Amino acid sequence: MIEITDGGISTTVQDLGRFGQYHIGMPPSGAMDQFSHEVANALVGNDPDAATLEMTYAGANVRFEEDAVVALAGAKMPARIDGETVPMHEAVRVEAGQELETEFASEGARTYLAVTGGIDVPEVMESRSTYTLVGIGGHEGRTLEEGDELAVADNGADLDAVVGNSAPEEHLRDFTTASVRVVVGLCDYRLTDESRERLCDVEWTVTPEADRVGYRLEGPELEFVEREQPFGAGTDPSNVVDVGYPIGSIQLPQKPIVLMRDAVTGGGYATVGTVISADRDLLAQRRTHQSVTFDAVTVDEALEVRQAIEDDLEAIRDGLER
Amino acid sequence: MTGERIERTDLPEPRYEFGGDDHVFVELDEAMSFDANFEAMAITQQIRDRDLEGVTEICPANASYMVRFDPDVIHPETMVEELKEIAAETDISEYSWKTRIVEVPVLFDDPWTHETLMNFRDRHQDPDATDLEYSARINGFDSVEAFLDAFVGAPHMVTMVGFVPGLPWCFQMVPKSEQMEVPKYVQPRTDTPSRAVGFGGAFSVVYPVQGAGGYQLYGRTPIEVLDVDQELPAFEDSMVFPNPGDILTYRRIDREEYDAIREEVEAGTYEYTIEDVEFTPEEFFEAPHEYNEQLVGVLAG
Repeated sequence: MIEITDGGISTTVQDLGRFGQYHIGMPPSGAMDQFSHEVANALVGNDPDAATLEMTYAGANVRFEEDAVVALAGAKMPARIDGETVPMHEAVRVEAGQELETEFASEGARTYLAVTGGIDVPEVMESRSTYTLVGIGGHEGRTLEEGDELAVADNGADLDAVVGNSAPEEHLRDFTTASVRVVVGLCDYRLTDESRERLCDVEWTVTPEADRVGYRLEGPELEFVEREQPFGAGTDPSNVVDVGYPIGSIQLPQKPIVLMRDAVTGGGYATVGTVISADRDLLAQRRTHQSVTFDAVTVDEALEVRQAIEDDLEAIRDGLER
Repeated sequence: MTGERIERTDLPEPRYEFGGDDHVFVELDEAMSFDANFEAMAITQQIRDRDLEGVTEICPANASYMVRFDPDVIHPETMVEELKEIAAETDISEYSWKTRIVEVPVLFDDPWTHETLMNFRDRHQDPDATDLEYSARINGFDSVEAFLDAFVGAPHMVTMVGFVPGLPWCFQMVPKSEQMEVPKYVQPRTDTPSRAVGFGGAFSVVYPVQGAGGYQLYGRTPIEVLDVDQELPAFEDSMVFPNPGDILTYRRIDREEYDAIREEVEAGTYEYTIEDVEFTPEEFFEAPHEYNEQLVGVLAG
């Protein structure tokens, strides 16, 4: 059992996500930065789908009622146990009664706290991920608050063996980059040639409206090709007959919104491209007021990046005890 | 009115588009039509039946569909080839599917959506009219009454579910000449009551939860489309009620009936009025009004 003594700004229980329900409007949820979630789990001897705590901007404080091994991965977040500094990307021991305290992330937006065994909340549709909009999954379907108590599962891992596990820097991802790679497409025919080029040429800024549902970006106006609107689309040039939105897709009500893991699953705004699967993790680590640029790639290039990230994860896992 | 058929639409070549490295989006047409929607439903049903390894989401939409897959298991190009093969084998003329006809009681011009729409007049095309008055006028009706008669006069088919869990987009089952169309709000509202019944583009919707929205607001239903605790009998299998392909028939109710139904819903005892039916596009296209009467008649019987 662990007890939340301070919930931070927005801390939720997340795993790899909830699948097979998108067609009824249920987004996958799950860790926004899947790579860091998997690294945190690997360090403490968990399977990739064990539930972790996703802490946004400012971390939570957590008291442990039993001996445990924990690891932090993702955004750089200063942390201490009884005054002793806890390094990032390393499995450390916590003794019963001790408290882990975290502060504001100094780089990146989301830090994952994994505990050996995984956070044990009931599964909803085969996932422990929190989806706050309708209040399901995680702990009571909501962000964590002071006083919440969460069970930790026992996966049989040898705590003594996993302590000291660490992830080499060269296999971790660089959150300082503003560039996220996109496959341009979907309904990009709605944009003028000039605007389609601008999409990937200009620097966008993350607005304060950037959360698990989507990242709203600020930048220059993009223009749509003039046309007589097709039947059922609605009158605004940005409107299309309602479509399904891919996770990572860039939609254009006027300014771009990139849909993240608690996405609205469909709607009537033109979508013009999709952030590739590997780089959704990077975008999830961009902070309000930071810049973002879209770099157009082909599907094959996207698959190469995906493979390289999987190789990094594999290399991290190869160096670990469990 | 009787005798008019549903004009068939010749669909253009579908556009297959990659959504990153893990989605394929297929646009069947830019415009809404029953042909495009039935094609989307038939193809996605075939994809589901094939149970392809690596496919994680299969999502029919109004005039398009989308699949999500694990690119480590199935290459995006292979995915597109599979979809093209399935599309080539699908012919909606020979198709029929089991679906449900469902009665949705609605209190039109209710106090809750009325208060909301009055609060957001500054975001509307016509600040001096209500959403119902505006919709009636631009669709050529003499009165709100006549507009509502048309709105409830023929059933609406669920052509897509999404945005948030449980929100149905519904397309009225009438020939194009009788289809109504309205714009969405000039600026979306930041608030909409839960269970509000709205209309935008050519689609009616029921908002599952309170939140933002841009559709014209007409009324409120006492029944739920989302029940996360699955307490109501109609939610035994899923926390979301509507499925793509369901046929909804809106029924006008008064405040007294609204309150009575709402009480039963809140007690978790309300039994939805539902019947299973077989839907045959070909018969519907030939004589939509007669076909709809038969469908709705199943509920009365």
